[in-house]
Amino acid sequence: MRAPIGWLRDWVELDPALDSRQIYQALVRAGLEVETVERVGPEVTGPVLVGRVLSVVEEAQKNGKTIRWCRVDCGPEANAQASQPAPADQPGSRGIVCGAPNVAAGQLVVVALPGAVLPGGFAIAARKTYGHVSDGMICAEDELGLGQDHDGIMVLPAADDQGQPIQPGQPALPLVAHSDEVLDIAVTPDMGYCLSIRGVARELAQAFAADWTDPVALPTPEPVQAGYPVRLDSAGCPIFVAVTVEGFDPDRPTPRWLADRLRMAGMRSLGLAIDVTNYVMLEIGQPIHGYDGDRLVDGISVRQAVAGETLVTLDGVQRQLDPQDIVIADGSGVIGLAGVMGGQSTELGPQTRRVVIEAACFEAMSIARTSKRHKLSSEASRRFERGVDPAAAHSAAHRVADLLVELGGGRKLDQLTVAGRVPPRASQTMAADLPRRVLGHPTPDHQVESILRASGVTVARRGDDLVLTPPTWRPDLVDPYDYVEEVGRKIGFDVIQPVLPVAPPGRGRTPSQRLRQALGQVLPAIGFSEVISFPFCGPGDLDRLGLAADDPRRATVRLANPLADTSPDLRTSLLPGLFAAVARNTSRGLDDLALYEQGLVFLGPAGAAPSPGVAGRPSQADFDAMARALPRQPRRLACVLTGQWLPAGWAGPARPAGWTQAVAFAERAAGTVGLELTRRAVDQAPWHPGRCAELTVDGRVVGHAGQIHPGVAEAFGLPQPTAAAELDLDALIESAPGPGQLPTLSTFPVAKEDVALIVDQDLPQAELARTLRQGAGPLLESLALFDVYSGPQIGPGLKSLAFALRFRAPDRTLTDAEAAEARDRAVALAVQRHGAVPRVAD
Amino acid sequence: MSAPDSPAPDSAWDDASVERSIASAEAAIAAAQSTAELKAVRLAHDGPKSALALANRAVGGLAPQLRRAAGARVGAARHRVATALAERQDQLQAVELTAQLAAERVDVTLPVDLAPPGQPHPISALMEQLGDVFVAMGWEIAEGPELEAAWMNFDALNMGPHHPARATSDTLFVDPVEHNLVMRTHTSPVQIRTMLSRPLPIYIVCPGQVYRADEFDATHVPVFHQIEGLVVDRGITLGHLKGALDHLARAMFGQVRTRIRPSYFPFTEPSAEIDLECFVCHGASVDQPDAPCRTCSSEGWIEWGGCGVVNPRVLAACGVDAEVYSGFAFGMGVERTLMFRNAAADMRDMVEGDIRFSRALKGGAR
Repeated sequence: MRAPIGWLRDWVELDPALDSRQIYQALVRAGLEVETVERVGPEVTGPVLVGRVLSVVEEAQKNGKTIRWCRVDCGPEANAQASQPAPADQPGSRGIVCGAPNVAAGQLVVVALPGAVLPGGFAIAARKTYGHVSDGMICAEDELGLGQDHDGIMVLPAADDQGQPIQPGQPALPLVAHSDEVLDIAVTPDMGYCLSIRGVARELAQAFAADWTDPVALPTPEPVQAGYPVRLDSAGCPIFVAVTVEGFDPDRPTPRWLADRLRMAGMRSLGLAIDVTNYVMLEIGQPIHGYDGDRLVDGISVRQAVAGETLVTLDGVQRQLDPQDIVIADGSGVIGLAGVMGGQSTELGPQTRRVVIEAACFEAMSIARTSKRHKLSSEASRRFERGVDPAAAHSAAHRVADLLVELGGGRKLDQLTVAGRVPPRASQTMAADLPRRVLGHPTPDHQVESILRASGVTVARRGDDLVLTPPTWRPDLVDPYDYVEEVGRKIGFDVIQPVLPVAPPGRGRTPSQRLRQALGQVLPAIGFSEVISFPFCGPGDLDRLGLAADDPRRATVRLANPLADTSPDLRTSLLPGLFAAVARNTSRGLDDLALYEQGLVFLGPAGAAPSPGVAGRPSQADFDAMARALPRQPRRLACVLTGQWLPAGWAGPARPAGWTQAVAFAERAAGTVGLELTRRAVDQAPWHPGRCAELTVDGRVVGHAGQIHPGVAEAFGLPQPTAAAELDLDALIESAPGPGQLPTLSTFPVAKEDVALIVDQDLPQAELARTLRQGAGPLLESLALFDVYSGPQIGPGLKSLAFALRFRAPDRTLTDAEAAEARDRAVALAVQRHGAVPRVAD
Repeated sequence: MSAPDSPAPDSAWDDASVERSIASAEAAIAAAQSTAELKAVRLAHDGPKSALALANRAVGGLAPQLRRAAGARVGAARHRVATALAERQDQLQAVELTAQLAAERVDVTLPVDLAPPGQPHPISALMEQLGDVFVAMGWEIAEGPELEAAWMNFDALNMGPHHPARATSDTLFVDPVEHNLVMRTHTSPVQIRTMLSRPLPIYIVCPGQVYRADEFDATHVPVFHQIEGLVVDRGITLGHLKGALDHLARAMFGQVRTRIRPSYFPFTEPSAEIDLECFVCHGASVDQPDAPCRTCSSEGWIEWGGCGVVNPRVLAACGVDAEVYSGFAFGMGVERTLMFRNAAADMRDMVEGDIRFSRALKGGAR
């Protein structure tokens, strides 16, 4: 809503000393979001006065032009300050050269005197031109920034809008241009009444305790059908007022003040009759529709549209109507989409002499749906959607008729139609102390009552309660808390004392939150940087991952209205998003990458959720049905690496990123949670079939890590090699051990034994290590692989694995023999289980 | 220093011999220029085959009346040599250590690292920090699904079937739309789930990712993060909301002024917007038309988030008795908060995965 402050001041008696910033602040405090305060008006400074042309002498010039040498009476003061003395026969005047052919003696004109600066920085000075000193300028409309008109100079009427005679020497700008400051207000859905000068003026009157006049002054009469006949056949139209003006002169122009106000409010001038309807809508908030009475066929009816009906609206678009649309019809059929836009066949035009004025009210939700259905939003629909005061219709219709007659002639017929009534508002009981209890501010009862009364609420006291009946313009006042808000807005939230609430003792973060927090510290510390991706993907991504047709990751959940058509599905893996991040980084010249992400994946299928009511808690059945409808949304953790893990430097060569860091990432993540992963080679897309580890905890698969399949890397535009890991973070966290038990430390010395075993090339070291651990028994403190060798010394198809074993007893120093015996048991089991051959030192 | 019972001059333990041995040893010790040389000197003059060692052995064969004096003489001599050796050892070691340390000098400005460090994403780090503010007050962090039942995301929050936010132009729906599943448009459904599942009173914050069918430009991202707070307890007022927000603002931004002003949300009544004093002009641009502030459009305040008293209709949908309990809720965008706190200019940088953005704030600027 664009509200010119001058228009507001017409209705509310604000202190003239109040400036726009104070007004703006008061409105913001009351909950009106004023987005800008804009000065609207001609950018003109200096003396611009009314002058009377006393004489005009045409003088032909050598260049073929004709100039007019004028003597202009600019009022005694300006005349006396003329730069050249006036001739004796025309005392009290200034000489001005004018080019416009329409200048004539006797006219009242606008004169810019030396010292004035016109729009565009055009400074006026007394200057010699065409053989005269031109002591000012007679202005055309465009020169003052008032319009495009340069057909000639502006000629003023003899009297102003108030009927006062216009005199030479008086300031001209107030007569020709309205300068004002305009508040641009973003009106929230609950304050539809502020989509009007009336509503904003009421707020200002309350904010400044100022007197104001409600432009809606006439009570709504009982239903009557004396005017143009109107039948209401839709429950969505409680009231329809019709007033007729006859003998209207369609050629009369819109007065400048009215056109200016429309322009300031953001509307174009479209001819007097339409301008008046828009003016009253802006002022009162009641959308008005004017019909050309001579084009109406029989009576008007308000009804639901019938399937198959069409209407050409004022914007020239033919619309297919829906039975849920409320329409205005006459004997010819549908003539308007109620509350949204009128039809072309009955619109006001240059021939209109009989105007039938509709001021009606339509149900908000119905208009909102019709507007949405037809993708058609109008000044009218925006107001009806938020609720229009049904009690304003009658006053507004008369205001339109009166203005039409005043500005365009003709007469308002006494016969009036009022179809329907102003619906009564239900009252609500509120404990008088509720505002205090909710706002936390000691507003006394009497202040609560007076605030609500000032807001138009009818207040009655009943014991400790207030019985409240909202005014017709406040559809938002329904619940007791709505009234609390009204009180809060009016006392101002700034007066409420802040108090920090004291929570009962909390339990801190949940174990899952703590572990994720720890991961957020550990993973960056070991070299990985976190990224956040959009969780969408498309079938193309899944194809590029090389997923088989029956891969469960293809069971995606699809969106009805995806952001991008190529990514209509919710992700089932974090990897495509991370791959896209890698590609984006490498395209920007960032080649050494170790990225990680944690987030939800969405594993289809999804079901259908019920929509239970909201009067109370949903039933357990509904609650369970909602839970069942949701797809599983486990939290995943994934990394991707490429380029160099360690850059080449003075201390040594580069270490390329590869499958080992991906596995290490997974192990460190699991370790942070308190788990040790078991690895097994598997062939799993999108990984390299020979370089993919399946990661398990207690036999449960929790993820995969390794090098990405070269074909997949190529398909995603990734450098070779790229490595990645993806873990089911929820599964890891669920498997996390309990608090654990701290050991009693043995202080006896350690005994060290090394073992080298030749085994089959394909035997995973993890398996051999497991055997050694088992064979070595409880004295084994730790075991670590320190060498892997394959080559001519041990023959084809074989490899040598060397382990360092550390033995320690809790209660004594181990003898050499004891340690050796434990080692031999370990070796013996490896020999027995894997056919390992102890490697003799050479 | 000669004893009365001097031994024969030609004996190894006699005074002259011992003095000679001492002199010879001291000369050799002084001549040694390194600990390695000194080691040879030690062997020659204090080793088992040195003159003094031999003399000491010879003393053992002397008659008792001679042995005592001779023993004392040789012992004193050996002590003197050993002391000289030790002193020289210390001197030479000190010199050698100095030389070694000089030789080991490095350029300490060389690039060094264990592995190039990573960083948490600034949004994650900020969400942790926001969470910390509330956990420290005894509140708890609640979480929930991102794909939600429309009832949880809308209906329960007093946003009925025809609320404009439920249009496909605003909200991402699972196909088909009639199945009533949406990508949550705020973390408020977590508030609903919390009220449905936890005993009262409730003091929680819900950080998380949310979705809107929004533009993707410098100031809008369709997938972003929010942190919301919810308190439901006996006697909760708008004043408590102001207190909690003031605390949060100070914890995040230091001594910054805040204000709340009336606004409208379906799920709160009264509703308000919380504004922060402009970081750039601190309100100075308000009365200075010549020095406009682009950050706050010379309003002096920047919108941070929405808040209000929980609408009793929302409490009713969760089975909470609004006659006994009242509550407040608030929510703000984490991206927006990051823009304020760390002057992030373009929201796209936050979601494109460019490593430079993640790495920019050292230590996540916790």
